[in-house]
Amino acid sequence: MQEIPLSQILFVSTFLFFIGMYGLFTRRNLITMLMSIELMLNSVNINFVAFNKYLFPDNLDGLFFTLFIITIAAAEAAVAIAIIINLYRSHHSIDVEDATEMKY
Amino acid sequence: MMYNILIQLRQELVLTVLIFLLLFIKLGKDRSNESILNFINAALFINLGAGFCCHETGELFNGMFNTNALIVFEKNLLNLAVLLISMQSYAWLKNSKHLIEFYLLILTSLLGMFFMISSGNLLMFYLGLEMSTIPLAAAANFDLTKRKSSEAAMKLILSSAFSSAILLMGISFLYGTTGTLTFSILTAHLNGNPLQLFAFILLISGFAFKISAVPFHLWTADVYEGSPVAVTSFLAVISKGAVLFTMVNLLYKVFTPIASTWYLVLVVLAAATILIGNLFAIRQDNFKRFLAFSSIAQVGFILIGISGSSQIGSASLIYFILIYIFSNLAAFGVVSVVSALTGKENISDFKGFYKTNPMLSWVLTIALFSLAGVPPTAGFFGKLFLMMAGAAKGNYGLITFAALNMVISFYYYLRVVKAIFMEEHATPIEKLQVPTVSKLAMYICVVGMIVTGLASVVYDYIYSISIGL
Repeated sequence: MQEIPLSQILFVSTFLFFIGMYGLFTRRNLITMLMSIELMLNSVNINFVAFNKYLFPDNLDGLFFTLFIITIAAAEAAVAIAIIINLYRSHHSIDVEDATEMKY
Repeated sequence: MMYNILIQLRQELVLTVLIFLLLFIKLGKDRSNESILNFINAALFINLGAGFCCHETGELFNGMFNTNALIVFEKNLLNLAVLLISMQSYAWLKNSKHLIEFYLLILTSLLGMFFMISSGNLLMFYLGLEMSTIPLAAAANFDLTKRKSSEAAMKLILSSAFSSAILLMGISFLYGTTGTLTFSILTAHLNGNPLQLFAFILLISGFAFKISAVPFHLWTADVYEGSPVAVTSFLAVISKGAVLFTMVNLLYKVFTPIASTWYLVLVVLAAATILIGNLFAIRQDNFKRFLAFSSIAQVGFILIGISGSSQIGSASLIYFILIYIFSNLAAFGVVSVVSALTGKENISDFKGFYKTNPMLSWVLTIALFSLAGVPPTAGFFGKLFLMMAGAAKGNYGLITFAALNMVISFYYYLRVVKAIFMEEHATPIEKLQVPTVSKLAMYICVVGMIVTGLASVVYDYIYSISIGL
């Protein structure tokens, strides 16, 4: 069976990264923006795993880095959602356009 | 062997013990806020003292964590700043129901910064960075009922998550091109191929987000304005200082093979940061926003010093951060007391401040002079050394540009001094009862601002322990 080349996996991960970035810049719902950031982090995970498997299979640095990224992303999401809930209490909306009291 | 770990990790261990102690106090029976605050201030003082005793060079956990005299000194600076912030926010925290949570958040963040500064591995560095930013976002939301506070926290967590995603992308490409995460091995594998340069640019963008250098500064002013003053001063002084220390470590020790690239990046960032920071600071009326933009401009000057890439470069950075701690915390201290007791945070409210509060006015004035860089204060020497370090590279255009921008900065700093001393206000801020602890912190800052500049022994010591390219 033919193996998928590294370049294709890197293409997928880079594509995913920029989909995430596009989502963060265009979406106005805070939860969706958070999801976009998770997408960017996941593309980094794919990168690490692919590099580890294809180029440096003798040590597991990349795999462990991925585990830590997943853990920290969960912690970050927990704090972010707590903040969003608090924002909803005061603004009655989770749209970023409604939270614009401070500008310039 | 066992004792080595205890000595090399002692600053982190003391902090961890303190965090657990606070958790137990929270669980235990009700105590008055005053007694808890006094206990915490004493504990932070002990923490600061513990940093100065017996240090030792070495590395732990297979190179993940390393320490030497320079790193210990940097951590002591951060400890000192936390102690000063804690003393200054006495008036604000005295009536807060959640003061222990506040300390838990900022001390956890400080612990993360310690690990980040000591890191010898990209994984450890990333963990430290996240451990220092996530609690800060929660702390920015500390005034749970204020609309501005939750908006600031939302902006902080989203932009810091975005910046850490970019930084991680950079780290993943560095890993892909070098096959290692350890700093010492990484240097040997760097050869400046395009993918590595791309990875480096992503990494430095992540840093620029955290120190709010100019194309990445947009979150700064909003977050500083919305957060409580104590958190704002933590963000402006400690968080920035820790990231700058780590950045110098990385640039001078790890990215040496591509030094010509990062020199260019730093020059562009520095010039943009100084100019934009200054121009936006001119038009601010909210004191915290004003200090936010002034701190952006200060970061620009620091980047010039770093770009010198010599031993003077890193020594002048640490010296400047020491002065910056004193002068910025003195300014924030006055704003913090005024904001806690009257709720006023605008520069126009400070008109005629001298008539009612001469002591606070003098502290604020000396702090602003030191930030601007007027000779008898230490700020002048700090900026002088940064410029000297930058000039060592022979890029006199940049130095001239920075010097001209210092003139602009005089305008907006002195505008505040003019408002305090010369302008009249129909209803000036009344005479404030400043808590003794906060007063003490302000006196320490004033003494620091004057003595650090005049006593050459401070700079000599920093120079003797710092590193060059």
